[in-house]
Amino acid sequence: MAKQILSFTVNDEPVDVLVQPYLTLLDALREDLGLTGPKEGCGTGDCGACTVHLDGQPVASCLVLALQARGRSVRTIEGLAGAAELHPLQDAFVRHGVPQCGFCIPGVLMAAAAVLAETPTPTEEEIRYGIAGNLCRCTGYTKMIAAITEVAAQGAKR
Amino acid sequence: MRRFDLATPNSLDECLKLLAERGPETKLVAGGTDLLVQMKNGLLKPARVIDLSGIADLRVLAPDDGRGLRVGAAVTARRLELDATVRARYAALGESGALVGSVQVRNLATVGGNICNAAPSADMAPPLVALEAEAVIAGPSGRRRVPVASFFTGVRRTVLGPDELLLEFAVPAPGPRSGGSYLRHTPRRELDIAIVGVASQITLTDGVCAKARIALAAVAPTPVRATAAEQSLEGQRLTPERIEQAAALAVETARPISDQRGSAEYRRHLVRVLTRRTLTTALARASA
Repeated sequence: MAKQILSFTVNDEPVDVLVQPYLTLLDALREDLGLTGPKEGCGTGDCGACTVHLDGQPVASCLVLALQARGRSVRTIEGLAGAAELHPLQDAFVRHGVPQCGFCIPGVLMAAAAVLAETPTPTEEEIRYGIAGNLCRCTGYTKMIAAITEVAAQGAKR
Repeated sequence: MRRFDLATPNSLDECLKLLAERGPETKLVAGGTDLLVQMKNGLLKPARVIDLSGIADLRVLAPDDGRGLRVGAAVTARRLELDATVRARYAALGESGALVGSVQVRNLATVGGNICNAAPSADMAPPLVALEAEAVIAGPSGRRRVPVASFFTGVRRTVLGPDELLLEFAVPAPGPRSGGSYLRHTPRRELDIAIVGVASQITLTDGVCAKARIALAAVAPTPVRATAAEQSLEGQRLTPERIEQAAALAVETARPISDQRGSAEYRRHLVRVLTRRTLTTALARASA
């Protein structure tokens, strides 16, 4: 059970890392690359706390083997915004006071960013459908939807 | 998760060679959304896992020379949900893709995985059965085709040999004036497992039902066709009364169990309701 080299792109940077074949992408991001934004909530794809983008699409990184990401592009919450400023969704989440305990927020933001990338002016139903795979144990969904709706409206104006 | 070795073949031939080696107990992983959960739960403890994500052939989703649709085993639920051809001509299949898990799961979960895991509740099975799809299987002695309706041999059991690989599904084109629909019932609206799933596919000729296919999930060890209900519709004009009669016949086909998600009686009730609804939608789509 030798380690294998995983070569992939993480937050726009090429990365080579030695990983155990039985570890998940979430394990590799957190343990080997120090990207602790994605969280392990359930480990079975039900809670969405581990959501990252794989080739631009939101996935549950707890259900992807690390080596399945070889040659592919991964974006985590750490790479959602540029270096200097917050992503509009992050900014709106702060202003709306969305985070309570905060554990689900990185996953929710990645899911929300995917919704807006695919549907720039989503309906509330489309927003709810897009974040249906993200559980918030503080039940703070109302503010999330308000914040995402606001960002979508700003995007529509631009 | 118990530790395992991972092989990452980059072609079909390479993968078939690995399977032919008959090495340690092996599992194939595509999306991983069923397999990794079972491995994390300790239900499966393979010593070796073969990753299929490097095999581009398995991701084909394309017309098959006008004869129908090729759906690669590693096509994701999300692609079925969004693909314009699938939505327009193979609506039941697209609907089953849209119902599986969350978007984070649908971007990973594959149609081949859903079928090979062979859960009685597999959402993509009824549409493929109703569409009369065939599974194209590759093995050491070449390829063979098995109707999806005969692919399942029991709960989590299929006709696949240990040295074989599911390549793709060949889905015949429904003729003009065809329509299909898949519905399931779950205790929760999202992220749940079907307690009953029903797919209906009908074809009309001069306003008469020329062909009807109805497939049920989660009411028997394997997906089943409701053949008596189908026969009651063929050659008939489809009125609400005939549809209701067919729904009642579909209930006769169901052999449900009671479990924590629903009683057998509730499942029989749902078979009737969902058969009626899917037939009604399929008729509307065929008439459109």
